[in-house]
Amino acid sequence: MSAGRIKQVLSALGFAAMAFAMVPAAASADDAKPAATEAAYVPKGIPAPAGSVFKTLFSGYQFRSADTRAMQDDDFSNPGMLSVEAATSEWSHVDGEAGKSCASCHADPAKTMHGVGTHYPRWNKVLERPVTLEQQINLCRTNNMKAKPWAFNSENLTNMTTFVRYQSRGLPVAVKVDGPMSVWFDKGKSLYYQRIGQLDMACSNCHEKYYGKHIRADLLSQGQTNDFPTYRLKSQHLVPVEKRFQGCMAKVRAKPYKIFSDNMIALEVYTAWRGNGLPVETPGVRN
Amino acid sequence: MSVPRLRVPKTAKKGEVITIKSLIEHPMESGFRKGPDGKMVPRMIINKFTASFNGKQFFGANIQPSVSANPYIEFDAKIDADGTFDFAWTDDKGVVTKAQAKITVAAA
Repeated sequence: MSAGRIKQVLSALGFAAMAFAMVPAAASADDAKPAATEAAYVPKGIPAPAGSVFKTLFSGYQFRSADTRAMQDDDFSNPGMLSVEAATSEWSHVDGEAGKSCASCHADPAKTMHGVGTHYPRWNKVLERPVTLEQQINLCRTNNMKAKPWAFNSENLTNMTTFVRYQSRGLPVAVKVDGPMSVWFDKGKSLYYQRIGQLDMACSNCHEKYYGKHIRADLLSQGQTNDFPTYRLKSQHLVPVEKRFQGCMAKVRAKPYKIFSDNMIALEVYTAWRGNGLPVETPGVRN
Repeated sequence: MSVPRLRVPKTAKKGEVITIKSLIEHPMESGFRKGPDGKMVPRMIINKFTASFNGKQFFGANIQPSVSANPYIEFDAKIDADGTFDFAWTDDKGVVTKAQAKITVAAA
């Protein structure tokens, strides 16, 4: 047995940054086309459905470095898969006074949860408002399992959200915004274009007008949510979409909307709609 | 700690160089961060990784606080005989997580 050779002890963030620095800059002056992250890689988009604000939809995946893309593509190296595995056992874990687990009602998650993750946030007839996937999981826990709801951004809730959405991986996002959802859609749309904070910036200023271009050393994406909850190399754990929105708002020095507030859910509905047609990538890996 | 993830081929040709991949779930708290209460979060990392073949260590790493959470370690090994791989991760509390994989030499 010869001595093994170390290929990489991956400090993921440092490694990605190093690779990025070595690649010659390929910034494009062309307004229409996103700049390539490396000389060899051209972001691949899909034609947007009718009525979309974009001509071509790009997943955030397309703007990441080769290392980050490879990390997401291989389930072995994708750190988000650890949470999927953790939630797999939680699925059949009995909790609450009703003596039920998720599996009591939804036996085989690969079948019963197939496609579920594509159409949240979704209209809830009882509450008469849209609910996010996180809220739906907690509604199941409180109403059917008689268990305590999990806190937002807790490991349990984020793991379970990731697990449910993972069952729809590869299916196109299909959020419905007609009927009673249209009020929320319109509200989300006005918030998306509303300048906020000390920097006086709207979501659209970065993610519609300047996607594919550099913001400091990083590339702006279209702000799509098809990969959420996503593993951020920066925070080294899975990040739910509303937490990410709060991050953006804090960066433009605005007061972030509260989690599950009307504004936040309206924004989530509208942003999800902008990505209708993109395949679900959960768990994604991003910077 | 969770069960570590391993990817080791089950068979190899004699003299073949195989790639071993490993991933373990761990927060890798660097010891340089402050918590919400303003106090330093104590260091808690995996500081040592070893890989042995039939009881003899052939690869190891002393890991420092700059390594990210959920460390992923990939390395190569040349296979000359049937045997068992033993992998061990040691953290700052002295907890050792172990994993094993077997490999057989297939006729060329």
